[in-house]
Amino acid sequence: MRSAESPAGPSPPRPPLLRWFVLAAMVICMLLPIIPLVIWSFAFRWSFPDLLPERWSLRAWRYLAAPESQVLPALRDSLLLAGAVTLLATLIGVPAGRALGMYRFRGRALIEMLILAPLIVPAFAVSLGMQIVFIRYGLADTFLGVTLVHLVPATPYMALVMAGVFANFDRQYEDLARTLGARPAQVWWWVTLPAVLPGLVVGALFVFLISWSQYALTLIIGGGRLVTLPMLLFAFARSGDNAVTAALSLVFIAPAVVLLALIARFLGAAPAAGGIRGL
Amino acid sequence: MFWSADPERPRIWLMLAPTLAVVVLLFGGGLFFALIQSFGFLPLIGQTGFSLAAYAAVLRQSSFLASLLLTLYIAVASTLIATALAVAVALAIRATMRGRQALSFIFQFNLPIPHLVGAVAMADVLSQSGLLARVAAAFGLIDDPGQFPVLVFDRAGFGIIAEYVWKETAFIGVTTLAVLHAIGPEYEELARSLGANRWQRFRLVLLPLMLPGVLAASVIAFAFSFGAFEVPYLLGASYPQVLPVLAYKRYTAVDLAARAEAMALCVIITLVAGAAIVAYLHVSRRYLRREAD
Repeated sequence: MRSAESPAGPSPPRPPLLRWFVLAAMVICMLLPIIPLVIWSFAFRWSFPDLLPERWSLRAWRYLAAPESQVLPALRDSLLLAGAVTLLATLIGVPAGRALGMYRFRGRALIEMLILAPLIVPAFAVSLGMQIVFIRYGLADTFLGVTLVHLVPATPYMALVMAGVFANFDRQYEDLARTLGARPAQVWWWVTLPAVLPGLVVGALFVFLISWSQYALTLIIGGGRLVTLPMLLFAFARSGDNAVTAALSLVFIAPAVVLLALIARFLGAAPAAGGIRGL
Repeated sequence: MFWSADPERPRIWLMLAPTLAVVVLLFGGGLFFALIQSFGFLPLIGQTGFSLAAYAAVLRQSSFLASLLLTLYIAVASTLIATALAVAVALAIRATMRGRQALSFIFQFNLPIPHLVGAVAMADVLSQSGLLARVAAAFGLIDDPGQFPVLVFDRAGFGIIAEYVWKETAFIGVTTLAVLHAIGPEYEELARSLGANRWQRFRLVLLPLMLPGVLAASVIAFAFSFGAFEVPYLLGASYPQVLPVLAYKRYTAVDLAARAEAMALCVIITLVAGAAIVAYLHVSRRYLRREAD
């Protein structure tokens, strides 16, 4: 229980000025970089030193929808790729998460380190080494090859998220269902899955984003043949068309915004986000 | 504990097997092939010997030292700044009663935003005709874009550092908020009741409790920014280049012999990132032992 009066006497109320300054600076610095993206995407001419464009237009957005920008096929490939990676990483990673979260066994610490390694060691260096093997087996420059290389960060991420989820899952519910005569598939579908579903959905959304945001791995293994949204965005950024680059950036972060909204809705604040990196 | 009698053991390994296959075959395989190629074993171009020639060639180039120093400087500077800002903001949010939810949301909103978009946004804000330059002009500080300092595509890597700080502050900050939440207010209240002032409560109570978690996030941020490719590839100067960009340039060079050098650079990147993590584990173990005494 907290006591209102401490033996040292009530400490003087601290002037919150510094705190307000820190928080105001944080809000400005976090949001500021997004503002020019929104303005640029609707700008027709925005020359120095104007704070707002002289002329507004939908040119950039129209261009994105037009066939010559190649945005629609890239969008399709990005969605297919991230979808395939999410599906595979979930199928592969969830059992491992259950093993790590619910069982204590010899070598568990070592296995955990092993699974953590691909999330910390720069994937870029590893994928350069991998490319020669992918060429050998005809996986370089293919959809399948890029899917496989995206699994390197995606699968460990899913496994570790689910390890945390299963660590909080009480096994007695499964035992109880079994005693009542449920078959393994029934236990999984009616007992285990509903219990772990919120964590599973959050993990899957983040895995989707890991693949969706990936530039370096797609560039190296895809060899420029598989044109995903980030490949296109990079090309536009290099070309110097600020308006189109900004509009495409906004399309590219749309899933992130949706994701954040979903998580904020389902889980309140998002402590699970603490685990993501390299996005 | 005694586990050998566990009848579920084979099932546990069966559940782990697919994930371990991905990690060992794809990740481990990539590391292995980077290593043997760095030793000059490249059967594709008829080289089957093992030597350290690629490492010698890499170390001889004057650009290597410049790249190594630039990469280290960017990773260290962005990690230190992001850690300090993250701790300051997390403490400020923790001390706030009203609007705490909204503040934490804004604090972590950029976590799922791809680094590539962050880099584009930084260029729009920091370039010589960017948002800050326009604001400076509006205040009459500059008349011409050329008078604004060069903050992107610059040799000091300012734009790259700014992008990493923007993203990593959120990453380290969210971790710090979670750590602070787990610590709870009791220890500080106890210290306060024993007469500790605000600085003492922070320095002697809160800081030691939060350090392991914060440090773990910082090390992850360091390893990431040391080995990341796309932000410096977009925002960096043409010389010097960070190690991953240098490795990619060597890898895509027409000269096939440069591949071994690219792989040597990959091995060096992995070793430095790995060394940071091992050092952290070493320090944190010692730290935890000391706490336990």
